[in-house]
Amino acid sequence: MKVIVNISLKEGVLDPEGQAIKTSLSNLGFENLNDVRTGKQIILNFKNLEENEAVLETKKMCEDLLVNTVIEKYKINILRD
Amino acid sequence: MRSGVTIFPGSNCDRDIIVALKKITGKAPIKMWHKDIEFPNLDLIVIPGGFSFGDYLRCGALAARSPVIQNIKNHISRGGAVLGICNGFQILIEAGILPGSLIRNKKLLFTCRDTKLEIQDTIVSPFLSGLKKELHLNIPVAHNEGNFFASETLLNELKNDGRIAFKYIKEINNDIDYNPNGSSNDIAGILSKNGRVLGMMPHPERAINNIHGGTDGLKFLTKSFEQIIG
Repeated sequence: MKVIVNISLKEGVLDPEGQAIKTSLSNLGFENLNDVRTGKQIILNFKNLEENEAVLETKKMCEDLLVNTVIEKYKINILRD
Repeated sequence: MRSGVTIFPGSNCDRDIIVALKKITGKAPIKMWHKDIEFPNLDLIVIPGGFSFGDYLRCGALAARSPVIQNIKNHISRGGAVLGICNGFQILIEAGILPGSLIRNKKLLFTCRDTKLEIQDTIVSPFLSGLKKELHLNIPVAHNEGNFFASETLLNELKNDGRIAFKYIKEINNDIDYNPNGSSNDIAGILSKNGRVLGMMPHPERAINNIHGGTDGLKFLTKSFEQIIG
């Protein structure tokens, strides 16, 4: 079973990469944007584990290593086959 | 002075700080490989700059979960001094030893140049107590993620508690690029609550010889080491 973790910067944290992308998009004529924010995705491929156990373990992984909770937030999604 | 320098895969300023420590104290530091856990008691541990674990996930994130970190935490609880330079500063923050966060430089550029540092009024700290406040230090930075970011609450706390060690200041009045990374309140380095852990983005070990273009790093390190052995 695969669990997907989406990590993005919290509101109010400067995202210079997002700003640079917004500027480039604007140069290409895409003017309908208020804001661009970037993030990263981590895909965890679990061994045989119950869904709720995998989610609990993923949460712990996020808090222990995957996410810097000072500046980042995360969402956990399960990818079902 | 008994000192040690941590080495992670991707550390690249370890040799420079080893040279500096030898030059100043006359004694070579021990090398602390990231997987090792047993070391003799030391007066100072330096976490050098570099790109530990290739900066994967977040700068310093993987190094901060290495076995050697527990030894550093024990050393700190014994009252030992720790200096984290550049990636070392990032590792101290990721390990939860220092607060805040170091995010991408505001202008998205890897910045490698001299900066001018102003010494702040701090709590008693072996790293700063020997330095005259009016002294400005010219010490180079070289980083991509040195933009110190923290909540307003934490920034006020750091200021009121005298834990801001250095700030970037203007070389000349109209110098708009004096802050190399956009850090909050121009912060270049901060101290732990007991003043014995310093994290800083500038590299003092890159300013210890005239051929480096300056010796302010030597001045800073020499004074620090004198205070550490007290």
